Parts: sequence; C-alpha cells; structure tokens
Amino acid sequence: MAMSRRKRAQAFRNAQYAVLVLGIVAVGVLADWDTILQAFFNVDAAARQIPAIFTTALVNTVIYTTLGFGLGLGVGLVLALMKLSSVAPYRWIATVYIEFFRGVPALLVFIALGFGVPLAFNIRFEIYSTAAIALGLVGSAYIAETLRAGIQAVPKGQVEAARSLGMSPGRTNLTVVIPQAFRIILPPLTNELILLTKDSSLIYLLGLTRDEYELAKFGREGLNATNSLTPILLAGLCYLLITIPLGHLSRYLEGRAGRKQEQGLKVTA
Amino acid sequence: MNEAIVEVVDLHKSFGELEVLKGIDMSVRRGEVVCIIGPSGSGKSTLLRCVNFLEEPNAGRIVVNGFEVTDPDVDIDRARRGIGMVFQAFNLFGHLSVLENLTIAQRKVLKRDRAEADAVARKNLEKVGLAEKAGAMPAQLSGGQQQRAAIARALSMDPAVMLFDEPTSALDPELVGDVLSVMRQLAEEGMTMLVVTHEMQFAREVADKVLFMDDGGIVEEGPPAQVIGEPRQQRTKGFLARVLNPTHVPVTGAET
Ligand SMILES: Nc1ncnc2c1ncn2[C@@H]1O[C@H](COP(=O)(O)OP(=O)(O)OP(=O)(O)O)[C@@H](O)[C@H]1O
Ligand SMILES: [Mg+2]
Repeated sequence: MAMSRRKRAQAFRNAQYAVLVLGIVAVGVLADWDTILQAFFNVDAAARQIPAIFTTALVNTVIYTTLGFGLGLGVGLVLALMKLSSVAPYRWIATVYIEFFRGVPALLVFIALGFGVPLAFNIRFEIYSTAAIALGLVGSAYIAETLRAGIQAVPKGQVEAARSLGMSPGRTNLTVVIPQAFRIILPPLTNELILLTKDSSLIYLLGLTRDEYELAKFGREGLNATNSLTPILLAGLCYLLITIPLGHLSRYLEGRAGRKQEQGLKVTA
Repeated sequence: MNEAIVEVVDLHKSFGELEVLKGIDMSVRRGEVVCIIGPSGSGKSTLLRCVNFLEEPNAGRIVVNGFEVTDPDVDIDRARRGIGMVFQAFNLFGHLSVLENLTIAQRKVLKRDRAEADAVARKNLEKVGLAEKAGAMPAQLSGGQQQRAAIARALSMDPAVMLFDEPTSALDPELVGDVLSVMRQLAEEGMTMLVVTHEMQFAREVADKVLFMDDGGIVEEGPPAQVIGEPRQQRTKGFLARVLNPTHVPVTGAET
C-alpha cells in the first residue's frame, strides 16, 4: 500500500511514541522502586552530607581546579610561545611535552606525582601543591594547543598592518594579536576548564584528610557512612553546579566569537 | 628636479629557489605618482613589500625618506612611520572601531595624546568621506569604505610616501570609484605615491611615471602616455592587449 509522505511521517512518529510509552511502562512495572528511591533519594543520607558537601567538598574542588587551571594557563602560554618560536629546539621541546601529556592518562600523572615522586626524591608536597601541579601538567598540554591555535588564527595581514604603521613586534602582539586571539581562545578555554574540573576528582587517590576532601572523595566517604547512593548523586549534582554554567558560558562565548568571525570573513572575502 | 623619496638599487629577492625580483632599479621623487603594472606573479607586490621591508631583500639597496631600510642597523620601526602602506585586503584591525584604527598607532608609536590623535584621525576620515563612520566597527563597513578607512589610517601617521598594493582589486566594481577618487585627490595634493594597480585608466590619468614589470624585472618605464599609450616593448603590448581588451585576445596556442 502506497502511503503519502505526510502519512508515512505520521505513522513513523506514532511508532516512536508507542515504543517510548511501552518502555516507560515496562520500567515502571519491573523496577524495584522502593530500593531505587532508598538508594538514590535517601533523605537521611542527604541530610548528613549537608552542609559539608558544599562548604568543604565543593569549595575544595573549585580550589584544586582553579589552582591547576592557573598553573596550566601559565605553563600553556609558555609552551604555546615555544611552539611558535623560530628557535627549532624550543619547538621540539614543546611538541614532546604536549604530545606526552596529551597522550598519557591523567590518572598516571596523579600516581606519578602523588606516589612516584615522593618515593624517588624523598620529598613530599602538601596536597594543594600536588593537586595544582598534577592538574597543571595535564591541563597545560591542552591549553598550549588552544592558545597556539588562537594566536595563529589571527590573520597575518593584521600583523603586517601593525608593523607597517611602525609598531614593534612586542607592541604588535600586545595591541593587535593578543586581543584578537583572546576572543578566539575563550570558548575552547572554557571547555578546558570543564574537563579539568572533572579531572580534579582524581586527587582523591592521593589520600586526603577530611578538610581536603573534594567532591568525589566526599561522595565516596558518604557512601561508606550511609550505605546509600545518595551522597554520590549529590556529589554528581555538585559537579553539574560547576560544569553546566561553564558550558553555557562557553556556548555563549562561542556564539559571540562565531558572529565576530562571520563578520570578519565577510570583510576579507 | 625633486629629491628621491624612494630609491631602489639592484634589488634581488628570492623565495627559496624561485627568483622573484631579478635586479630592480627605480626611484620615486617627492610629489611623484608612480604606478607599477604587470601580469600576475611578475613580482609587483614583492617589490612594494621590500620597500617597507615586509619582505627582506636578498641583495640590493633601498633608501626611503632618508632611511636605508636595507641597512641591518636601521631602526626599521622608525623608518616605517614615514611609509604608509595600503593592502589589497584592507587589514583594518577587526577588534577596534574605525576611529581607534586611526588613532592606535598615532598614540602608541608617535606618542600623540588622545586629543591630538583624535583630531588628526577625524581630519583624515573627513578627507576620505567617512566622517560619520568614526564609531563603526570595520565589519560594519563595505569593502570600499574599509579601504578608504585604511587609507585614512595610513595618512594619520603623516607619511612621506604612500604605498598601495592593488587597493581596489578586492572590491566590487561599483565601489572601486570611491577609492580611486580618494587616491586621485591625494595625488593632486602632492602626496608621493607608489601604486601597484590594474586600473589602467587611473594610471593613465594620475601617474607621472608608469613601470611595466614582467618576470621579476622592469621591462619598460616612462610617462603613461608612452608606456600605456604607445608601448615599445612586445611584452608590454601583449600585456596591455590582454588587460584593456580581454575578450579579444586569441586563446593562447590557437594562433599557431
Ligand atoms: N611568501 C612567499 N613565499 C613564496 N613565494 C612567494 C611568496 N610571495 C610571493 N611569492 C611568489 O613570488 C612571485 C611574485 O609574487 P608577487 O605577489 O610579487 O606577484 P604580483 O606581481 O604581485 O602578482 P599579482 O598581480 O597576482 O598580485 C609569485 O610567483 C609568487 O608565487
Ligand atoms: Mg600582488
């Protein structure tokens, strides 16, 4: 039987709704709701997490991430400039560093820094330094590539125009290249910050005191104490409290940069 | 005769194996308008870019406005202050308003104060017919307006000579006239200009001297009435035939 295009679309949509309803009914009937509610939405367990999950864990996650991101930004900028250097050995060093730290799992970096380095060199950093360095190492490699791409995305004609007006290379970078690169870099940099926020959970490996707990470790301890999944869910929601606004910020900046780009392209076309 | 503002002696420039300029000698005197014409790839842009050292020559000597730009010890940033450059792609600073485009180098390079820089900028915007666009961003302007703003930006540095690299080639045909009339007006005011262009009418009417370049050398030079009107060299004739009457050129190879 031949169906018109509209009828076929209608039938297909109806089929999809039918599957959806069936699925919901099946889950509703088959799932053990008491157990699930008890596990994820245990009010007592939740109450025991508050307020420390905010005042300690969330705050620490933000601190670790901020420290790591700050260090990553500094090191990343140096690496980006090295990669753009006319001195070849600088480029090689930067390339090796970036390839290495982009390629190895963050977990390995944390283990090396938390356990390997203290063993090998008989030194021990306090936790905030370790966290900053480990996250900084992981973040700097990605950040370096983001910065380099951003700087290179500024058209060469902009530099030539500035130099033609008598600006020195340094002045050109300061007044023409960096401000324009910044707009290009901001959205991907925000994404790096989101990734680093999640990577900060690896710090729990290093052995933390109560005051040093970040969200993942805090949730884990809550799980042990309450025998409930609720603390884990709460910790997860706390991550979303950070990452979702950052994601919106990133998309907002991206949209703005995109519009700028479009206008810019119209110019050079 | 007026002093030479631009003096180029035996200029050679290669990109890797490719020799693009094969010994160029030329000069532009104060108040003179010199137009460079020639086929694509003949080295016109490269010559112009050597004059303000955006390209580094392999050999030869270039003196502009008393600065020997080819001298390794010259303060090139200082030399460039006196050389205005207008690009085919305009190259206005995209993150700055039109007015800021005109004032930024005045303030950072010439160390003029804001009031003076603004006054100079507005005077030059007026001159190119963009007085009301001071607050606009470059992206909001048409190509012709952008190019005129770029000319005003260069003029704001009070250059001794202006270099133009095909300033109208990136423009829609109906916008070319505005830019050319600004350049014409500059020439009438006595600005020293070195212009790479495909606009034969402009070269014919405005230039004091026309250089025809081909294959990295100057093939023919002289007043426009001679070089464009009655070219002596076969290569000049061929080029002009193609440019002035593109539809009547026999397809290469078909004539044999
Ligand atoms: N940066 C560069 N690297 C390598 N080759 C280059 C570079 N710039 C120019 N060339 C080459 O040098 C030759 C001359 O280029 P140039 O831009 O000076 O020509 P032109 O006369 O300005 O041509 P057009 O009319 O197309 O602008 C061309 O063959 C070009 O491919
Ligand atoms: Mg050219």
